[in-house]
Amino acid sequence: MAAHHKIIILDDEPDLVELYKDLLSRLPSQPEVHAATSGARALALLEAEPFSLLLTDLNMPGMDGFQVLTLVRRRFPGLRTVVMSSLSDEQYRSRAYAMGIDLFLEKPRTQQEIQVFSDCIESLLEREEQGGFRGVQSKSLSDLIQLECLSLNSSVLKITNRSVEARIWINDGNVIDSEVGDLKGAEAFKTIMGWKTGNFEMLPADGARERTIFESYQGLLLDTAQALDEAQGAADQAAAEGTAPASALSPITRCKGVEYVLKIDAADPKKLDAWGVENPEKVAAWVHQTMQTLRTLGEKLVAGPLNQVECLGLQRHVAMLSRPDAELCVGLQRSLSHEEIRETMKDVATKWGS
Amino acid sequence: MGLLNLFSKAAPEAKVTQLPSGSFTVDRTGKIVASTLPRTFPEASAKEIGNTVIKVFQSASDAQLTLREVFIHYGGFKITARELRGGAIVFLSPKTMK
Repeated sequence: MAAHHKIIILDDEPDLVELYKDLLSRLPSQPEVHAATSGARALALLEAEPFSLLLTDLNMPGMDGFQVLTLVRRRFPGLRTVVMSSLSDEQYRSRAYAMGIDLFLEKPRTQQEIQVFSDCIESLLEREEQGGFRGVQSKSLSDLIQLECLSLNSSVLKITNRSVEARIWINDGNVIDSEVGDLKGAEAFKTIMGWKTGNFEMLPADGARERTIFESYQGLLLDTAQALDEAQGAADQAAAEGTAPASALSPITRCKGVEYVLKIDAADPKKLDAWGVENPEKVAAWVHQTMQTLRTLGEKLVAGPLNQVECLGLQRHVAMLSRPDAELCVGLQRSLSHEEIRETMKDVATKWGS
Repeated sequence: MGLLNLFSKAAPEAKVTQLPSGSFTVDRTGKIVASTLPRTFPEASAKEIGNTVIKVFQSASDAQLTLREVFIHYGGFKITARELRGGAIVFLSPKTMK
């Protein structure tokens, strides 16, 4: 039996909301459609009961669509979101996708566009029923690879973990290559499989990609699972024995040009993990305060999540990454160019994400 | 097809603030000295960006990290700030999909 879906439509024009409501109520999955004509009303509805999908306009008085999406992302991270707008500017589209929406649709104007609009929403609801092929938050990467391989599909899986981008090439049900940062082949595959969160999208197959992985996908997945189990086992044993496990920062310290690494716990900024820092408390306080200030600025500008900050200094350079559970500050040699800093930080982000 | 016309608001008035592209200079007190930002972008927002980057430079100096340039990457926006004798020159650029 199909799951019962509930949708909220948010638009400041009541007539339009009624029209959408009528249109979406007639979808094959027969969702329950609720309407809101203000951001505040939509948020109140979301607080009151669980919903599958929020469809929002951008151009609204008071709280605009971007402001609503900022709050929704924070309070309801699992909610699927669709922007429907008559603002077709590329910048709005990019900003909305940067905020983690599932779809950006232009408001339909013709019968054909209405049909496409309805099909897109129905497809999104169907995907929800099937477990949500949205990313590793709702379906594990391992499940997705198995599904692609069992179906003998050919595709390129693009995986994004914060600012790091990785790809896995699948041809006729075989994993043939993968790439993340400087890593390629099986090594890259194992790194990617160690990521706990991220988003992915399917790209068309690349038949010209040279094969570097000759192991079966089952073997690859087994090896990866074993390696992850062993790492977890070692950490559990160390915790049981009261000994500190090897620092999670160790792999980062080997990245090109890294002079020091400092990890700050988001919940308790005084809880630090440091390597090579002269004055960790002072630097950590600055990093935490700066990241907070920049996040607040980003929220006011509705500029999307704060991904990375790079600072060129007189004695050394500093770069910072942010995750919901922690902040990472990396001190870098002064001789590195800005381009080299960006490259190193891609590597650092990959290792931190693992 | 009056029904379909309902889907498109007649000449929508832009209420969504567009992220600007341009640059401006702030002095050490946060006052905007020169700007190439579009008029549509609120001056208060530009001042807030200016004050924030000056605060970042000053607090870094207090933490014995002397910085000369900062690159701030948001999901949809990039701010680049270069230290300028206590003030800063700030470049803003919205990100678009590649």
